[in-house]
Amino acid sequence: MNLLEISNLKKSFENLDVLHDISLSVKEGEVVAIIGPSGSGKSTLLRCATMLETMDGGSLTYLGEAAVTSDEAGRACYAPAKQLKKIQGYFGLVFQNFNLFPHYSVMKNLTDAPIHIQKRQKEEVYAKAKELLVKMGLGDKADYYPCQLSGGQQQRVAIARALALNPSILFFDEPTSALDPELTGEILKVIRQLAEEKMTMVIVTHEMAFARDVADRVIFMDGGYIIEEGDPREVIENPKEERTRQFLARFSS
Amino acid sequence: MSFSTVMQQLMSGMISTISIFLLTLLFSMPLGLAVAFGRMAKFKPLQWLMKLYISVMRGTPLMLQLLVVYFGPYYVFGISLSGYSVFAATIIGFSVNYAAYFAEIYRSGIESIPAGQYEAAKVLGYSKVQTFFKIIFPQMVKRVLPPVTNEVITLVKDTSLSFVLAYAEMFTIAKQISARETSVMPLFVAGIFYYIFNLVVAMIMGQLEKRLSYYK
Ligand SMILES: Nc1ncnc2c1ncn2[C@@H]1O[C@H](COP(=O)(O)OP(=O)(O)O)[C@@H](O)[C@H]1O
Ligand SMILES: [Mg+2]
Repeated sequence: MNLLEISNLKKSFENLDVLHDISLSVKEGEVVAIIGPSGSGKSTLLRCATMLETMDGGSLTYLGEAAVTSDEAGRACYAPAKQLKKIQGYFGLVFQNFNLFPHYSVMKNLTDAPIHIQKRQKEEVYAKAKELLVKMGLGDKADYYPCQLSGGQQQRVAIARALALNPSILFFDEPTSALDPELTGEILKVIRQLAEEKMTMVIVTHEMAFARDVADRVIFMDGGYIIEEGDPREVIENPKEERTRQFLARFSS
Repeated sequence: MSFSTVMQQLMSGMISTISIFLLTLLFSMPLGLAVAFGRMAKFKPLQWLMKLYISVMRGTPLMLQLLVVYFGPYYVFGISLSGYSVFAATIIGFSVNYAAYFAEIYRSGIESIPAGQYEAAKVLGYSKVQTFFKIIFPQMVKRVLPPVTNEVITLVKDTSLSFVLAYAEMFTIAKQISARETSVMPLFVAGIFYYIFNLVVAMIMGQLEKRLSYYK
């Protein structure tokens, strides 16, 4: 069974068709990298998958449970709120600009949702949060506020915050794009480590070497279509499609 | 008339002034939040109604509003409410007026919170109500504190407008004594009182701001 199954996803904003018939499935433990030029619909795809945008057409299923099904006409029909709330717990999302809660300490950023939304035991949540912070190299930052941290540290807190809810799959939308070049390495290292631990991830990125080395599969998107997908080495070093080649040429220098 | 008698009479006025001030804040601040919600509602008629309410409250003199609140029920609707006092009318008039100002301040505060905060909260599973009270509201409070301080300071001075209903607060009493004794001293003392009152208010608001300065 696929952990995530998206079929025939269609999305448009007013008159602009942003996603045409996108289908994507992700298996447990798989790392999928999505590459493509700006405006190609990568963020919109992640936002539909994480229910931040409503899909116009197609279906969305996590762990065999349908969040969105499509009717005969292909229109998207959302599951009842209760079902959606349950499915909401299956995934996490790491944003380009972190979106930490500035009025919460690092610790509270990590523990508030597990305690008050998932209703888990405080002791267990705190223990898990501490463990995650240590893993992110932030063991001494629990009582800091986001504004006291560097961008790279903030993004690591954001990753820890997402992981604290024990998601089955984690989405990343250009997690290093808002960071100074010298800080991207620390984030990529953390994601690499998660990949080694078989965390299921879908990562939108412009870091081609990273995508090639870490992903199990690479998807190239352009103009709201999946143009090419497959083995990272094949797609990045030996693309079949002309558009993929043109796009990658910009990174080859 | 001795200074101490004047002070004694003014003192009771001070207490009334402070009561108007505190009760107005108590009612207008939450009411302002409700109005702000209405103003931002997706339901258009409610939005328009709140817009109209805010524009009337801000566009007409507070003194006139106080008169309407006090005399309106009788002269406009022919209802005479037993137990409807000048004090009640004063509190209602001020609260309804200040709620409009607070509503606009809250609204701009809420609208200044980046969309990413809502999105992060949604993905983490917070409900809309939880998102508002745990994530948005605390950040809004910090952002609106400076403009709210301005309004609160204005309110200290505006309480004197209740003289139009001859309500016995500080200013009304000072004016009466002043006329009776043909002396400006009571008005001068009242002025000092308003000034000190505002110094205290500014200090408290400054403390609040400081307390919220632990994050940016
Ligand atoms: N909320 C929105 N309203 C209107 N157009 C949008 C909105 N979000 C994205 N778009 C448009 O959709 C297209 C794809 O955007 P996006 O998914 O952000 O691309 P990418 O992440 O690949 O850069 C762009 O043309 C963008 O302008
Ligand atoms: Mg994007």
